[in-house]
Amino acid sequence: MSGAQKTILVVDDDEDFREQMSLQLEAAGYNVVTADGEEAARRTLEDLNPDLAVIDLMMEHVDGGFTLAYRLKKRQPPVPVIMITAVASETGLDFASAAASESGWMRVDALLSKPVRPEQLRREIARLLPE
Amino acid sequence: METLRVLMVEDEAAMRAAVSRALSRYTLRLPDIEGEYGFAIEEAGSAEEGLARIEASPPDIVLLDHKLPGMSGVELLGILAEKQPPVSFLTVMMTAYATLENAVVATKRGAYDFLAKPFTPDELRSVVSKTTRHLLLTRETRRLAQEKRQVRFQLLSVIVHELKAPLAAIEGYLYLLQDPGTGSDPAVYKKAVDRSLVRIGGMRKLITDLLDLTRIESGQKRRELVPLELADVARAAIESVQPEAERRGIAVTLHAPAPVPMVADRAEMEILFNNLLTNAVKYNRDGGTVTVRLTGGERVRIEVADTGIGMTPEETARLFHEFVRIKNEKTRNIPGSGLGLSVVRKLAHLNGGEVTVESSPGVGSTFTVEIAAHSPEAQETEPE
Repeated sequence: MSGAQKTILVVDDDEDFREQMSLQLEAAGYNVVTADGEEAARRTLEDLNPDLAVIDLMMEHVDGGFTLAYRLKKRQPPVPVIMITAVASETGLDFASAAASESGWMRVDALLSKPVRPEQLRREIARLLPE
Repeated sequence: METLRVLMVEDEAAMRAAVSRALSRYTLRLPDIEGEYGFAIEEAGSAEEGLARIEASPPDIVLLDHKLPGMSGVELLGILAEKQPPVSFLTVMMTAYATLENAVVATKRGAYDFLAKPFTPDELRSVVSKTTRHLLLTRETRRLAQEKRQVRFQLLSVIVHELKAPLAAIEGYLYLLQDPGTGSDPAVYKKAVDRSLVRIGGMRKLITDLLDLTRIESGQKRRELVPLELADVARAAIESVQPEAERRGIAVTLHAPAPVPMVADRAEMEILFNNLLTNAVKYNRDGGTVTVRLTGGERVRIEVADTGIGMTPEETARLFHEFVRIKNEKTRNIPGSGLGLSVVRKLAHLNGGEVTVESSPGVGSTFTVEIAAHSPEAQETEPE
């Protein structure tokens, strides 16, 4: 990887998911910072400028993920956000297939459903964080 | 008082007035049904007008004259019987030609009861009372069935979610092992295998708890009431949590100054202790203590006290409900099925007793189970 190491913020209340993200993103050469919820993420963001964020949609507050994504998009420069969700098969909400125009209001750059396959994640990150 | 709407379809004005008089100040109390019921009378002079009113706003009871100008009462019944979705009111036919034949035709077309003209106000009220009772019971039954479906669906949704979360975690680790980028790293390998085993353990516990709960609730768990010494059961349960307790430096002690003989189902007592003790260790602080106290007698008292994170009064109030896990900063990373304490509560009830908890945040919790030394043979588990 050329240039400075890029930093990815991972926000999820599931310990195992954070662990998995860290393992694979660190193996891919990124610097990873994790937070276990919206509150912790806000505190982290006070002195961190991540290059990208991976956020779980449903944490302790149902819309915690969206609120956080909204904040990240308001920053200058806006932080690319990958939203992860486990809700698709439970609620029938199919975010993944929503057209880009439809997901625009959600202020996220990509939506992936759990479990996330490593190559899928790498592809999205490569798209959002070009060298 | 609740008011039921009665629509009277009758062409004779004098008859409508008489019926209105008989019902307008009539109030009804029924055995087995809560509340007091009164009636609001609406009038229609023909079957056509009656149908229009029913379609605009369905009443609770229809009093329908047999012989009407234009469409007859029986014809209207026929139309109502075809309605989709089925009508939710009951119809009483009123007729001056009270023949068996008429009654049969009307009943076939969905009339609930039959009132022969001329009738006294008392006869009218008696039929209306019977019809109201049937109506309310039918509605209540339907509501309960609906509620039961709802509860079952909610429970199922929660179970599905609770099983999917660990599955997703395990799947995620398998992807890591499969991926060439991470799969060859021994540190990733160890982490993936260790955590997957922990999550599988959690799933197994959930399934076991669900089975216990279902068996206890359905009453199909065969109970074998045998004489047993409760201190022995307690000792065995303590032994099974000992490895985890030792790992975290938690001392588990048993105080049973005198023998605690019981006649009970051994498996039930084991499940009871296992759940209480696993919790006491799981929610304890490192280096804490768990104290088990047994007191014998006609009523047996089991106390399990920990020095753990404790709970607020609001949290303890919700504690014994199914799938309630107290979620806060301190419990976030502690795995659990959310069923253990509702199993404990069900077992306490089954054994003629109750479970209570005293707790203060940061200090610890004491769970107390008080049950009959001689377990009741068959006790109705409370319907839920």
